[in-house]
Amino acid sequence: MNLTDLVTILPLAVLAVWATLLLLVDLWIPKDRKGITAVLAALGLALAMGLSLTRGQQPQQAFGGMVIVDGFAIFLDMIFLVSGLLSIALAHDYLKRMNLARGEYYALLLYAISGMILMTYAYDLIIVFLALELLSIPLYILSGFIRLNSRSEEAALKYFLLGAFSSGLVLYGVALIFGATARTDLPGILAAVQQASANPAMLLVGGALLLVGFSFKSAIVPFHEWVPDVYQGAPSSVTAFMSVGAKAAGFAALMRVFVTAFPTLSADFTPVLWGLSALTMIVGNVIALAQTNLKRLLAYSSIAQAGYLMMAFVPYAQGMVLSDTIAAMLFFLVGYMFTTLGAWAVVIAVEKAEGKGLEMTDYAGLGRRHPWLAAAMTLFMLSFIGVPPTLGFWGKFYLFRTAVEGGFTTLALLGLLASIFSAFYYFRVVVMMFMQTGKAEARRDPWLALTLGITSLGVIGFGLLPGSLLNLALQAVLKLL
Amino acid sequence: MTINPLVLLTFFPLAGALLVVFLPAENRKTLRWTALGTSLVTFALSLWALSLYRVGEASMQLVINQPWFKIGSSQVSFIMGVDGISILLVLLTTFLTPISILSTWSAVQEHVKGFMLLFLLLESGMLGVFLALDLALFYIFWEFTLIPMIFLIGIWGGENKVYAAVKFFLFTMVGSVLMLLAILFLGLQAGTFSWMELAANRGLFAAAQIVLFLAFGVAFAIKVPMWPLHTWLPDAHVEAPTAGSVILAGVLLKMGAYGFLRFNLSLFPQATVQLAPWMAVLAIIGILYGAAVSYAQKDMKKLVAYSSVSHLGFVMLGIFALNFQGMSGAVLQMVNHGISTGALFLIVGMLYERRHTRALAEFGGVWKSMPVLGGIAMVVMLSSAGLPGLNGFVGEFTILLGAFGAKALGSPWFAGFATLGVILAAVYLLYWFEKVFFGAIHKEENRVLRDLNFREIITLTPLLIVIFWIGLYPKPFFNLINPGVEQLAALIQSAAVALH
Repeated sequence: MNLTDLVTILPLAVLAVWATLLLLVDLWIPKDRKGITAVLAALGLALAMGLSLTRGQQPQQAFGGMVIVDGFAIFLDMIFLVSGLLSIALAHDYLKRMNLARGEYYALLLYAISGMILMTYAYDLIIVFLALELLSIPLYILSGFIRLNSRSEEAALKYFLLGAFSSGLVLYGVALIFGATARTDLPGILAAVQQASANPAMLLVGGALLLVGFSFKSAIVPFHEWVPDVYQGAPSSVTAFMSVGAKAAGFAALMRVFVTAFPTLSADFTPVLWGLSALTMIVGNVIALAQTNLKRLLAYSSIAQAGYLMMAFVPYAQGMVLSDTIAAMLFFLVGYMFTTLGAWAVVIAVEKAEGKGLEMTDYAGLGRRHPWLAAAMTLFMLSFIGVPPTLGFWGKFYLFRTAVEGGFTTLALLGLLASIFSAFYYFRVVVMMFMQTGKAEARRDPWLALTLGITSLGVIGFGLLPGSLLNLALQAVLKLL
Repeated sequence: MTINPLVLLTFFPLAGALLVVFLPAENRKTLRWTALGTSLVTFALSLWALSLYRVGEASMQLVINQPWFKIGSSQVSFIMGVDGISILLVLLTTFLTPISILSTWSAVQEHVKGFMLLFLLLESGMLGVFLALDLALFYIFWEFTLIPMIFLIGIWGGENKVYAAVKFFLFTMVGSVLMLLAILFLGLQAGTFSWMELAANRGLFAAAQIVLFLAFGVAFAIKVPMWPLHTWLPDAHVEAPTAGSVILAGVLLKMGAYGFLRFNLSLFPQATVQLAPWMAVLAIIGILYGAAVSYAQKDMKKLVAYSSVSHLGFVMLGIFALNFQGMSGAVLQMVNHGISTGALFLIVGMLYERRHTRALAEFGGVWKSMPVLGGIAMVVMLSSAGLPGLNGFVGEFTILLGAFGAKALGSPWFAGFATLGVILAAVYLLYWFEKVFFGAIHKEENRVLRDLNFREIITLTPLLIVIFWIGLYPKPFFNLINPGVEQLAALIQSAAVALH
């Protein structure tokens, strides 16, 4: 290790150190003034963001090829950092209201983001595993942050058990791949396969185990069973962050590993990925229809959205469309981030203590009493459905188009049908807010309002000018290859 | 840089809507006058656009064309323009919107702010639909009209409003998705979403014409609505507030018929020629079915709603006669239907405001207490029934003339059956009029009904003027319509020749 290595991963290093210092500094911050901790955490994220953006755009390896920092990584890091900032804005008032204001919350959030950033840097399976643990463990704790609440404890335990299980699968997969190729670095694995020195069966099983492990993280059907319970039990501000960050990190890892190391296995994997994508879209959307609790509805909706994302992954070995499909995935993730965080911000505004205010009927009449809030929620629901000119529309559009380019027209059509179907339940929320009478009440908080403003602006602004965002995503991709 | 009148026209209501957002919700009067003022200025802007429009030229006029963004290598542009097919529909939109807003003065008392906001948004969306000449832009406006309308029905509607709003949403959504697929296919195939360039390069997608025609056609047929995709319409109309019904019948339905003319006929002429008889059969079924069901209604709004199905059947028959007379009659009939049915809905709304019922059985002898409304309603009813001298006759007669001699349909029987529809229309409309206005007063409430006030007369007068104007001197309207339609008819003609 030398200085250049550290400079290469500077944003990550700064963030991790900042989180540790924050834990210490927090000891001297009085219990009723945890807002200071929140501001400090946000400063740390902003600093990491600045460092990421100012570093050179050239791909750079460090630590003997174990990490790589390139456009792909930086683009995803921006997603993590922005969603981190937004979820701090979401959390501050919520935690106070729910009696959860503790400084560790923000430190843990920063650790989780460090793990996600490390995941995007990973160029070696060992680092992939390290990042997976670094991002998961803080999230387990955060899920159980409502201590003594049985739902939250259930969520933490469930998440931890299944997370540990999936980490085990990933680790076993890494071991098998090492056994097959004697390498753990991603280019090295590919080289070993190309020189035909690898054991094909072992490699395939190893790859499959990695896929299963990350499918747990990204909530791909049939590895999604934990999602509704955890999303419902965890504090809403955590769920908001988790449903963006953890999912994106899972996809980042899959993309990096499979594109760099396993393009030769595509004949075996493509049908499986096709099936997973189709299954996730169908199951997520169908079960979402039966939900009456907003948290569970958004949980199943996030599963369905993961199914659309998976679509980008299906043609991962086709060099011709690869850059398009990665760009489509990155673009979709940005839309997903804005839409999801916005929708969760509304949920947080309406939620009351002790898990009240989360049923669909609690939203009746919201349009009368809080027209801006209800209008924002409508915008996010439309973006989830994919109605133009929202960002969600363009995200789906680019995804479906690359699926067609890759020769998976049936899958794209399936996605389209699933989207139409999803209109049923997303629209129910809108109907409830505007067309039913009720006494919905919501919290007014400037930070929440700011979050809603930024996310709405993102959904509409980028929706009207999708070209600029797509160009950014395309640039990010070119540097990956 | 000069400002394009069409862009100004389209986005002016949006600016008014923004203004409404910042007005206090309690001040209903200001809100109403702001909305009315905005829509009147928009009307003035559309007259300005008309004054710049060179009558007698077939080409697109007042065109603005700015590159917007790219989808892959296909260019999406901001293109707007008017020709003979769209200019009257634009005027119809800007004409009906202030009238509808005026009709809400006493009818809409709750959430006036939201209502006016949505109404102005809706106007922007509708104008965009008629003016957009880039398929992607068109689609955005098309979807955009959907959202305000759903809320207008779902919030200010009657008892079953949620059911009607959701049904309306789902029907239109399914149609839109098919159209979106077709638009994307066209755009990615041709490298452009511009209507002009696509129309110039029809050869690129000649092989897929039938499929594309159907994909666009389903979306438009749902909107028109053509039998058997019409089932959302009676629900939406019955539940919608009066102003919503006026705009729905007056303008939104025209978007479907306009879509057929603008996109299906000009982009897929050969598929149009091949499918014309089938479309005409559906149109005829719509005419007769709508008329028959209309006669059986006990609710006045449902009666008018089904009469729309019947009248729009005439429009579709005119379009798919595929000759000059049929199509120009169809365009004029779109305007006529907007005026007459809009007026009918206003009249029903005025009765409803007084009695809070729309059941036919509740009325009778209303002429005695409301002679002014009775007189106006008679003119409107006769115009809708197609009495010579009033606007409905001119449109229907031209359509029937076109359908009778249509080579594309191959049989005069189409016109024959449609004529039966004219008679049926007279039957159900006279039946409605007789039930409401004539006979003895058998409900005490009807004896003391207040006749129209000044505002209500102002609301209906412009419509009456247009009814007589088109009925007695339709030439200026045909002058506007004809050049564009002539060009379209010539295109279809050459496609038919190439086919046989």
